[in-house]
Amino acid sequence: MKIDPIHQFNIEPLFTIGHIGNHTIAFTNSTLYMFLSVAVISLLMIGGMAGRQLVPGRLQSIAEISYEFVASTIRSTAGAEGMKFFPLIFSLFMFICISNLIGIIPYTFTVSSHIIVTAALAFLVFFTVLIYGLYKNGFKFFKIFVPSGVPIYILPLVMFIEILSFFLRPVSHSVRLFANMLAGHIALKVFAGFIAMLGVSLGAIGWVGGVLPLALTVALTALELLVAFLQAYVFAILTCIYLNDAIHPGH
Amino acid sequence: MAEKSHGTPAKGTGAHTEADGGHGGGFPPFESNTFASQLVSLFIAFVALYVIVSRFALPRVESVIDARQNAIESDLAAAQKLKDESDAALKAYETELASARARAQAIGNETREKLNAAAEAERKALEDQLAAKLTAAEKQIAATRETAMSNVRGIAADAAGAIVQRLTGVLPDGKTVSKAVDASLKG
Repeated sequence: MKIDPIHQFNIEPLFTIGHIGNHTIAFTNSTLYMFLSVAVISLLMIGGMAGRQLVPGRLQSIAEISYEFVASTIRSTAGAEGMKFFPLIFSLFMFICISNLIGIIPYTFTVSSHIIVTAALAFLVFFTVLIYGLYKNGFKFFKIFVPSGVPIYILPLVMFIEILSFFLRPVSHSVRLFANMLAGHIALKVFAGFIAMLGVSLGAIGWVGGVLPLALTVALTALELLVAFLQAYVFAILTCIYLNDAIHPGH
Repeated sequence: MAEKSHGTPAKGTGAHTEADGGHGGGFPPFESNTFASQLVSLFIAFVALYVIVSRFALPRVESVIDARQNAIESDLAAAQKLKDESDAALKAYETELASARARAQAIGNETREKLNAAAEAERKALEDQLAAKLTAAEKQIAATRETAMSNVRGIAADAAGAIVQRLTGVLPDGKTVSKAVDASLKG
């Protein structure tokens, strides 16, 4: 029995939509899961709130808790002005969280296990910060590179580090999410593969021994549930912190 | 504005990973020929999500939460009003109770004093009556004694006369006998 932990990340075109330049645009399994995530979020946020009950039911509670959770995260990190970006941050958080959670279900595809997706989202945030920061503050925006209270003789060094870290933000922002999802799913697949491998190669003893990797797989699945949520939260809170720079430049 | 930014970074990352893909080969996240499809899908999905979230989902949740907040606030205000009313009622009850208690005390005191005065008067009358009776009795005792004493004198005189007659054989003169009796009674 061969374990192929990478196979789950394959992009499989289901049908071709068209061409842009010499690129073929296909409706892939990734597309399917992106649309599925959007559908689930819409169902939760619109279907769940359809009752508009004073005392919320389960779905409505989840919808309201997500709303309050993201709103309080923004308020605590970027202040009341950050609420301008509430729809954006809410969309990012929910999209990553829901697609990650769907991805844990066996035989599904994890959208954010592809660097191109996380990079696109990270650059979306990066350019939002850059454009809004320049639009709102003009040249004062560059004060984020000049921390106040730093002695003049080390200021060039500090500025160099600040500028470097600013432009590396989308990299760390995207790689963190991508690597977490990729590594988690590979680990899950490898340990799950051990069960079958033990059983096939050692027979009855192997199947009994397979309890160990099975237990580990269960534990890893629980951990991955946590990671799925946590990475969405980390992505959202970093977005808030970056937006805070655009709203209030100058440390 | 934000969505437009997809294009530029994508090309940048694409260039990077194409170089990686050259020697890596089969690692799906770095297969650059899938990037265009994924970016287009993500663009469509995310724009749709953003529109749904900002136009429909969030305003709806917000209105429900606001409605709840208002309901809670108005309920709290009503509860506060009722509490104030009940507090006022309690206060009125307590002052009423206090005044009633004071009135009861006053009535009690008045009655007690009245009864005390009546009892005192009765006692005084009884005492006077008893004192009068006592005086009358004493008077009677004195009179009786007087009578008894005079009777004793007569008896003594007779006895003296008789004794003298027996001794001397001569009946003494009555006047002399009574004089002697008086003298001995006095002495």
